[in-house]
Amino acid sequence: MGGPTVTGRADGADGTLPIVRDDDVVRVRQAVRAAAVAVKLSLVDQTKLVTAASELARNTLIYGGGGHVEIESVSNERRRGVRLVFIDEGPGIADLDLALTDGYTSGGGLGLGLSGARRLTDEFDIATTVGQGTRISVTKWAR
Amino acid sequence: MERVPVLKIRDTLLVSIQVDMDDHTALALQDDLTERIVDTGAHGVIIDITALDIVDSFIGRMLSTIASVSRVLDAETVVVGMRPAVAITLVELGLSLPGVRTALNVERGMDLLARTAPARADAIFDEADDDHHDDSVGDGVLTS
Repeated sequence: MGGPTVTGRADGADGTLPIVRDDDVVRVRQAVRAAAVAVKLSLVDQTKLVTAASELARNTLIYGGGGHVEIESVSNERRRGVRLVFIDEGPGIADLDLALTDGYTSGGGLGLGLSGARRLTDEFDIATTVGQGTRISVTKWAR
Repeated sequence: MERVPVLKIRDTLLVSIQVDMDDHTALALQDDLTERIVDTGAHGVIIDITALDIVDSFIGRMLSTIASVSRVLDAETVVVGMRPAVAITLVELGLSLPGVRTALNVERGMDLLARTAPARADAIFDEADDDHHDDSVGDGVLTS
């Protein structure tokens, strides 16, 4: 995104939230919304980021067996954004390409979680090790 | 866990989702609505999502399931009040809400249900009307 990215601005919305229960997903959505508003994402971009967060938080809960999310506001010399890092110590993802395919699901979902979250964000990184867990980082920049 | 109230207006059930639902609340709403359709014999369901600031794949699936189940139970479902940003996001997420009819607001949703209702009413009245056709229908034209 051109130039160094500074993380962890003190906006009050930054922080770490646990994802171990159903209603934690709701809390993650609300915290991500607050962070998106704080860096002045447009309404559509706020909605996209919160929706992506909802998908990823549910994945962390259901497939990762629980974990947490780190919410941080980021900036480079041109613009500001929000980065979310979802971390679990679950079973990991054996076939990443397959998991990123639209409509593929190993559970009872629609299979849009990972692929949809990738489409809704500007940057998407995933690191996963079978038996050790999954770390997914997404960033949405203000336009 | 919060519960979403289901209101009955004539033969339509009206649900206005006002809370940020967790997945269990969404599933409970799905079950409640199904029971209420059967209990009341309602022919229409209107789900107002004006207050929802996102629809993710779970809520999207809930809406599709409610529409499918209600259709099997002889009720039409209309989802109303979707915000523009939600609609844009939904499409980009890859959700097409199969089988879900939509309208801009509750009023238009009611109109949409009313337009589908005459077909149902005709089917009933066709039999009843067999022995008393109103020949004057269509004759109300002024002649000079």
